[in-house]
Amino acid sequence: MRKYTPKSDVQKKSYYNDRFHVTPELPKGDVSNDEVFAKDLETLKANFAIENAYIQRGHLVVFIDAKKNKEIIKFAKVELGYDFLMELSALDYISSRGGFEVFYEMLSTSKHKRMRLKCFVELGEAIESVESIFRSADWAEREMYDMFGIKLKNHPYPKRILMPDDWYDHPLRKTYPLQGDEAAQWYEVDKIFGKEARDIIGAEIRDSAAIDRYDTTRFARLGHEVPYGFDIQKEGEPEHTPLAYQEEDGVKLFGARLITKFDEKESKVLDKRK
Amino acid sequence: MQHVNKLKPFFENISFEREDNTMIVNFGPQHPSAHGQLRLILELQGEEVIKAVPDVGYLHRGMEKMAENMIYNEFLPTTDRMDYIAATSNNYGFALAVEKLLGIEAPRRAEVIRTMLVELNRIISHLFWLATHALDVGAMSVFLYCFREREFAMDLMEDYCGARLTHSAVRIGGVPLDLPKGWLESLEKFIAHVVPQVAMYEGLLTENRIWKMRLENVGIISEEMAKSWGCSGITLRGSGVKWDLRKEMPYGLYSELDFDVPVSYACDSYGRYLCYMEEIRQSAKILTQLITMYKDTSSELMAHAPEYISAPKEQIMTQNYSLMQHFVLVTQGMRPPVGEVYVATESPKGELGYYICSDGTPYPYRIKLRAPSFWHTGILQDLLPGHQLADVVTIIGSLNIVFGEIDR
Repeated sequence: MRKYTPKSDVQKKSYYNDRFHVTPELPKGDVSNDEVFAKDLETLKANFAIENAYIQRGHLVVFIDAKKNKEIIKFAKVELGYDFLMELSALDYISSRGGFEVFYEMLSTSKHKRMRLKCFVELGEAIESVESIFRSADWAEREMYDMFGIKLKNHPYPKRILMPDDWYDHPLRKTYPLQGDEAAQWYEVDKIFGKEARDIIGAEIRDSAAIDRYDTTRFARLGHEVPYGFDIQKEGEPEHTPLAYQEEDGVKLFGARLITKFDEKESKVLDKRK
Repeated sequence: MQHVNKLKPFFENISFEREDNTMIVNFGPQHPSAHGQLRLILELQGEEVIKAVPDVGYLHRGMEKMAENMIYNEFLPTTDRMDYIAATSNNYGFALAVEKLLGIEAPRRAEVIRTMLVELNRIISHLFWLATHALDVGAMSVFLYCFREREFAMDLMEDYCGARLTHSAVRIGGVPLDLPKGWLESLEKFIAHVVPQVAMYEGLLTENRIWKMRLENVGIISEEMAKSWGCSGITLRGSGVKWDLRKEMPYGLYSELDFDVPVSYACDSYGRYLCYMEEIRQSAKILTQLITMYKDTSSELMAHAPEYISAPKEQIMTQNYSLMQHFVLVTQGMRPPVGEVYVATESPKGELGYYICSDGTPYPYRIKLRAPSFWHTGILQDLLPGHQLADVVTIIGSLNIVFGEIDR
């Protein structure tokens, strides 16, 4: 019987897990241990509802409400001095929690500190764009939409950025297949010429290293050249054809000989790199 | 109208036939000065750009998806293919991020070697930048000179790790090899050679009338704009913000090293050019300090963390437990703690960040690669309008974008 793999997560998995192995967790430090972060969190808490906050490896992580993301980021920029939105993306938790975790990586050049704002967005829910606060969110949010399919509200140009416009599905979801399906080999033929041309053109060659020595329409045979469309299997292997592709007495420039004519018989194969 | 069965170009929001006087030009993706696969859709009024839409994704290989299906050590060579002009910077950033996740530190000698390689890569990258930028603007000989010096630096890389472009010279937890015999002497020779050469390039360009006319007051990025767009590296420092991660949030050995951070308040392409030239000199200065630093380090090259990192080769070959551990680490991969880190390093292009979310399995749950060029390309849509078509080439050049890391 074929091995069952859950369809909610088709990512590669470790083939062996020690059942006694306990993975340690990165310590989540108390925010009050850091003076600057404690102050920032206090100001944030005074203005917004903060779900959870901790320091992990010197990095402040704050969980916020996804509906308030724009206000909080604006507040962080204006009041707290986090003047850079360095990165913005999402994590796929569709199978376990039914949505995505969006994170905003912020940097304060005045405090020399980094803060990560995280919020949870349910599948199918849209998130407010922060492009009007940080222009850098323009492309980052487009990428997030492209890769995860998280819809954006009030984005000026909500279009795919890396994948083609007519692409189906969002590649960074855990459900996205790791290998192409069999229908995909007909994709271009169907789209450009129509299904009826399948027999004439054939499926897309998906093996990038594929070489067919008897295919004289697509592969050259240097030194054993044959006419286009010649059937080698029927008419036999061709004779050796000389590699002559130069002017009879070489190439001349202003009367002086620049390149001598290539003579196959006099050429020498080097046995060592110079 | 779009016909289903016919191949016809289809551009959203763009109509090529227009009634007003503007013209739409496709700049790239096969344009020699688009620095890779950049497609810029420019709307021109005469020779003036009135709208620019950068279109990226022609080199998208899905590295973040690949990362989720590889063990950590497997992914390291893939990072080479991001900023392929300075591959070791990517390796180093990734190794540093994983080390932070694991909570380990590379031995001092390994850190010295890594910093050397990273700074050498910075010189390689800046020379390459100057070469191509000068060529775009029209200075052919600078291109040839820069490539010659870059070749010497690449020879040094080749002597160390065997590769010239995609080095993978760094490992998680250290470096695989010590410096070969005579390498430091060659490095000293290279530094002694490259510093006067930089002065020669400056002699050719800095006061050159044409160079100044093409670069000065072209591509002005104001401080607010740079901050809003998340610019980093020289694009940010060229806008008058003194922010270099090596100085401001030091990692590795940078807190012990003495170097200056060049800043330009002119905010234009010329200012950025001056910063690049100074940075080559500063990197040479760092390298000189590292040579003396190397001499008083002990010989360890990899961190000692048997749970995550294989033992040295001779131990693997002689001790059973080390061999077993090595086998597990190679076939299954290390299992880092559950948690997430974001580690940013100053790559030659700007802030190169790795966000890693680990769920405790050998495969990362999510890796987000924060590549500086991505934002430096995005800024083109705000920066280009108002410039002449000829300036577009200068601006793309001066932003120093590389498509391996934009599309990832």
